[in-house]
Amino acid sequence: MSNTIKVSVWRGQTEGSFEDFDVPRQPSQTVLDVITYIQRNIDPTLSYRFACRVGVCGSCAMTVNGRPRWTCRTHVDKVATDGTLQVSPLRNLEVVKDLACDMTEFFEKMNRAEGKFHPTKTRDDDFDFVLPDDPKRKQASQGIECIGCGVCYAACDVVEWNKDYLGPAALNRAWTLVNDVRDGGNAERIAAVSGDGGCHACHSQQGCVEHCPKHISPTHSIAGLKRAAAKSALKGIFGGDD
Amino acid sequence: MSSVAIETKLWVWQRVSAAVLGLCVIVHLILIILAVQDGLSAAEIIGRVSGNISWLLFYSVFVIAVAIHAPIGVRTILNEMTNLKPSQTHIVMAVLCLVILTMGFRAVIGLFNAGAV
Repeated sequence: MSNTIKVSVWRGQTEGSFEDFDVPRQPSQTVLDVITYIQRNIDPTLSYRFACRVGVCGSCAMTVNGRPRWTCRTHVDKVATDGTLQVSPLRNLEVVKDLACDMTEFFEKMNRAEGKFHPTKTRDDDFDFVLPDDPKRKQASQGIECIGCGVCYAACDVVEWNKDYLGPAALNRAWTLVNDVRDGGNAERIAAVSGDGGCHACHSQQGCVEHCPKHISPTHSIAGLKRAAAKSALKGIFGGDD
Repeated sequence: MSSVAIETKLWVWQRVSAAVLGLCVIVHLILIILAVQDGLSAAEIIGRVSGNISWLLFYSVFVIAVAIHAPIGVRTILNEMTNLKPSQTHIVMAVLCLVILTMGFRAVIGLFNAGAV
């Protein structure tokens, strides 16, 4: 193992170029450690985003050697097999500066997909009893661990082609709520995810599944939304249908 | 019709037609394999399908399923890959559906009547 690693880092916004740095190798070094080393020791003007450093907050996703990854849990040993790293911002999002993306569009699409809880009860009502082996609870559990890192959004070709497409994370979030028996917003939610740029735009290419650091399958969730939308259409619940 | 209803109904139509096509393609492939083993010739094909109501119905269903399935897929590709507006891609979809129906039924009915010529 060489004592240093050669790192090419994107500098600029949409227009920009890669800048090369030599960073000392450390045992169990993560890509985020490398970027932090550059910012702390070589060039303090380098912009990037992180918070928890342990794979919980979803802030530090970047493109590493061509693939979107959570950099805090990506070991240099595993991705820099030839001793080089190329780090750039996530695809499909506006670049604020260097490695920091503007996540506004990503989170706005969660709202557009009705990815928020619609309560149906008051504090005076009893709790809902949701058993762990309830089929709906199981469906929700499969997608509930999303940390909102944007890796799936960057990995998705449909997002690149169709700027209105809600994207894997927003649709996955919607599917977890469709399966939440406490939620009362499914009519609005199914309508929100079924129009232009909704679940039917997904081609099931599974780039999101391939890259999700939490091993979630947004494709599975989107397929569930397609079935739910079809059932709703057959029941004719859409207002202003014809 | 709202985009929600359009997208959902087109998806359902494409799924249903895909299921029909799956069966039709299997029957069609088996038929081709059997026909080739007996020696493939125009006379042999016409001898099998002309005047046969069952094959007329089978290939009519096949053509209708293709005429539903393919134009919906082409519409999706055009929406993604071109700057055409949704109203324009709907027209392309409808025209392609009519072209497939016309050409398909011309062939199906032509073969059905071929023995009578």
